Amino acid sequence: MDSESLLLSLELASGSGQGLSPDRRASLLTSLLLVKRDYRYERVLFWGRILGLVADYYIAQGLGEDQLGERKSLYSLNCMEWSLLPPATEEMVKQTSVVKGRFMGDPSHEYEHIEMQRMTEGDRTYEDEVVIQIKEESRLVSVIDQIDKAVAIIPRGALFKTPFGPVHVNRTFEGLTLADSKKLSSYFHFAEPVELKNKSLLEKADLDPSLDFLDSLEHDIPKGSWSIQMERGNALVVLRSLLWPGLTFYHAPRTKNHGYIYVGTGEKNIDLPFML
Amino acid sequence: MEVSASPKPEESHEEEEQEKQGEGAREGEQPRKVAPPSSSPQDSESKEADPLEEQKGPAPEPQPSDGTLPQSPGSGGRDLGASPAEPDTTVSPPPSEPGSEGPPQLRPDPQDLVPSATPEHDIHETSEAGEPHPGRLEQVPHERESTPYLPRTEESPSYLSQQPQYLPQALNQNFNRSEHKPESDIFHRDESSSNSDLNQSELGLNQKGTLEPPAPNKLEIAAQNAKAYLLKKSSKSGLNLYDHLCKILTRILDERPENVVDIIENISQDVKKAHFNKKLDTLQDEYEVPLAYEIAEKQKALFLQGNLEGDQEQEDEIAESPLPNVMESAFYFEQAGVGLSTDETYRIFLALKQLTDIQPVHTCRFWGKILGLEMNYIVAEVEFREGEDEEEIEEEDIIEESEADEDEEDELPKSSYKGPQVIPKEENRTGANKYTYFVCNEPGRPWVRLPSVTPAQIVIARKIKKFFTGRLDAPIMSYPPFPGNESNYLRAQIARISAGTHISPLGFYHFGEEGEEEEEVEGGRDNCEKNPDFEGIQVTELVESLSNWVHHVQHILPQGRCNWFNPIPTNEVGEEEEEEVEDEEVEEKKEEPDNIEQELGPPLLTPISEDLEIQNTPPWTAQLSSNLIPQYAIAFLRSNLWLGAYVFSDGKKFENLYIGWGHKYSPDNYTPPLPRLVQPEYPSGIEIMEMGDPTVQEEQSFRVAQEKALFESEKVEETEEEDEEDEEDEEDEDD
Repeated sequence: MDSESLLLSLELASGSGQGLSPDRRASLLTSLLLVKRDYRYERVLFWGRILGLVADYYIAQGLGEDQLGERKSLYSLNCMEWSLLPPATEEMVKQTSVVKGRFMGDPSHEYEHIEMQRMTEGDRTYEDEVVIQIKEESRLVSVIDQIDKAVAIIPRGALFKTPFGPVHVNRTFEGLTLADSKKLSSYFHFAEPVELKNKSLLEKADLDPSLDFLDSLEHDIPKGSWSIQMERGNALVVLRSLLWPGLTFYHAPRTKNHGYIYVGTGEKNIDLPFML
Repeated sequence: MEVSASPKPEESHEEEEQEKQGEGAREGEQPRKVAPPSSSPQDSESKEADPLEEQKGPAPEPQPSDGTLPQSPGSGGRDLGASPAEPDTTVSPPPSEPGSEGPPQLRPDPQDLVPSATPEHDIHETSEAGEPHPGRLEQVPHERESTPYLPRTEESPSYLSQQPQYLPQALNQNFNRSEHKPESDIFHRDESSSNSDLNQSELGLNQKGTLEPPAPNKLEIAAQNAKAYLLKKSSKSGLNLYDHLCKILTRILDERPENVVDIIENISQDVKKAHFNKKLDTLQDEYEVPLAYEIAEKQKALFLQGNLEGDQEQEDEIAESPLPNVMESAFYFEQAGVGLSTDETYRIFLALKQLTDIQPVHTCRFWGKILGLEMNYIVAEVEFREGEDEEEIEEEDIIEESEADEDEEDELPKSSYKGPQVIPKEENRTGANKYTYFVCNEPGRPWVRLPSVTPAQIVIARKIKKFFTGRLDAPIMSYPPFPGNESNYLRAQIARISAGTHISPLGFYHFGEEGEEEEEVEGGRDNCEKNPDFEGIQVTELVESLSNWVHHVQHILPQGRCNWFNPIPTNEVGEEEEEEVEDEEVEEKKEEPDNIEQELGPPLLTPISEDLEIQNTPPWTAQLSSNLIPQYAIAFLRSNLWLGAYVFSDGKKFENLYIGWGHKYSPDNYTPPLPRLVQPEYPSGIEIMEMGDPTVQEEQSFRVAQEKALFESEKVEETEEEDEEDEEDEEDEDD
């Protein structure tokens, strides 16, 4: 959710019971403005929070000129002092995928992971236990990255691709129509498209290159990984990700208000097929 | 105003002219056919007619026009074509043509407005000249709008010279249709500054009558092709780019925005939108809008009902109202960063009020919200007043019926398998059924009472993990099969969540003094009541030590009940009915471990510090709501076992709330339960095995024995029947 319209956005997204306490709200409004100034971001998004056992991580993201460009993530434990997170690498994601369970809430906490490695010594091979230390900070980075790639969404038309390449916020976006807002195909992943390149020419025929340059949600795997609801008598559409429970997207049809927030444990719901 | 006033005479005049000159074109349709008649009487007529007009004011005309457009004579490239035509213009200036531009129209002007020779005026004429054509070209009116601005700003002649440049392009078509050689010649002189494309087209026209170099022809064609391309209508929107560009420019010139370059896309989009006629989409479902109204209408009832009761008598009732103060606890939860938006909370508040007005409720509480795929559930926890809750008897009947179904025929052995002992559900107001729960999808919709929960449902609900759909009658497809539909599953989950997460500060509840007798259950007393002497606990203590919090809802045993139900005695009751199988059954039962020993859970009012850990995850996280102002902060607990369960306490008050998906957390993945053990087959023993067929030897020896017996029977002929029996006995022995 945009940091400028934080209060309205929180109000709209509160249907899942996740909000911010008044002091957190106030401090976010203050500190995000400073983040925007200090880091020279075009736009600062309040991304959400990851619930730890001891403390919560509050996450914000800074965007540059190009909306699809690299997103810088910052975290804070008290909503005032923000620290920049390193960009996620594939290696990091792979390494931290072995960690299970909840976040602790302490960035310097180290998870110990015991791995069996095959050692060769001379002609005999034997297995040896190797203890790998994984820092919680790198796990945080990779989880944010995974969530961003998997379930960050925007409505169709909210962004447009300029002829020069970068993707900008569409000033003329006036919200989805009521009929469109109930379809998953009107929502896009807010990340570099993956599926789009694999589409056949026939499928691409109807796409508008300046708007349909992202993957739409309707082909997500597994089918049914989104819950779409109309609240307040059609005045608000809420999408909840079932794959990453905690991610809530809201959009008020026919207005520009849209955004997403993640409040959860930072764990992927791999039981989804059993639960549907 | 000049513009609107003056054109009329001109129009009429021009139309006449058009008719005269267009005759050839219209009859022949193609311009080329017009060319030959140029020497025919028709053309001569027009020429004759023209001079008549010209004679009135020919002399002044060409000169001012030249004067306004000083560049015109200098256009050398055109001299070749223009020079032969020049005499025509002077001697017989063309009639004012419909398609002709500003300067040519000066011809008719003198008739109407003789003194007008100023450049400004010329321009106005040009704009007026456009008027006859709007039918053919839509963009013309816009030019008319736009052009007047420019001349009025009194710009330099150089600008004026450019002016015609623009118009002729727009009106090219007209040239083509009404070809008139002399006129086009005039163009060469008057609008010498116009761009080459235009000139080419004019030259092309000239070609028919006069000698022209063939080279420019290509350019003309190219220009025409380009223009035809621009005029091509889009099959989707019905627009063409040519008109579109004209509209954009018109709008820009009208509105004069800053930094036009940056927002040209938007203007373009706006113009398109303004033009766009909505197509009829038969697939659009417009009925959804009434749905919103419908909900609003229902919620209106919530807001109105308060006015109905203004009686004096009810003031007493208000004091004892079972309605909880939802807004107050919502305020505290908001301090902790949990809860719904303010307006939603208030609607729920009103909906609870509606519930307490309708039902004979003793206590009522906002239990929480369970998220679903299609709709959510708002759950209210209710305790009825003594004896006023209606029992649901139907369900019990069903169970009895299913037990009563037994075959009376004894011919074939019946299945000796009996399902696992059906553990009866707890009575209302006790155990897991202590409270009744009402749910609704949205505040304002009717409350639905959930059925009471059975132990079997709890046991199975522990083994499955399903999303709620939001429809109470949705079937639960799961393994193991769930006895009931979603309303039962919801009720089971509510029971589990309540038992796990409803906690209160130590001392708030104590065991009542009247109902003191120890229950038959050893697990502890099953009732507690508010402690009137509760002093309150320091908030910091509540946060620091989890032992200051206790469960005030009974633990649910693995059996699925809160109070132990011993299945074995009921088996003895069953023995009387079916005597044969009794022993085996009892033995089987005894093999199962949990039925021998009584299941014991933590007793009521156990501190939560004794809750079990899940793989190094503490079951509760305690926080202070605000570190900035600790003196007014509240203690706030979050369950890690049931994500979404929260408790707050300010030392004296406390409240529980659950908002979430209704699932238990586990760090590991959900694994479906293992299938039951495969039943072993009947062991093959004496009852199963059969003997081989009797051999010949055996039969012969048997026959010998029979004969022997017969022989003996002849001796003793007294009782034949007994003999027969003996034979049979012998046979048996043989077997």
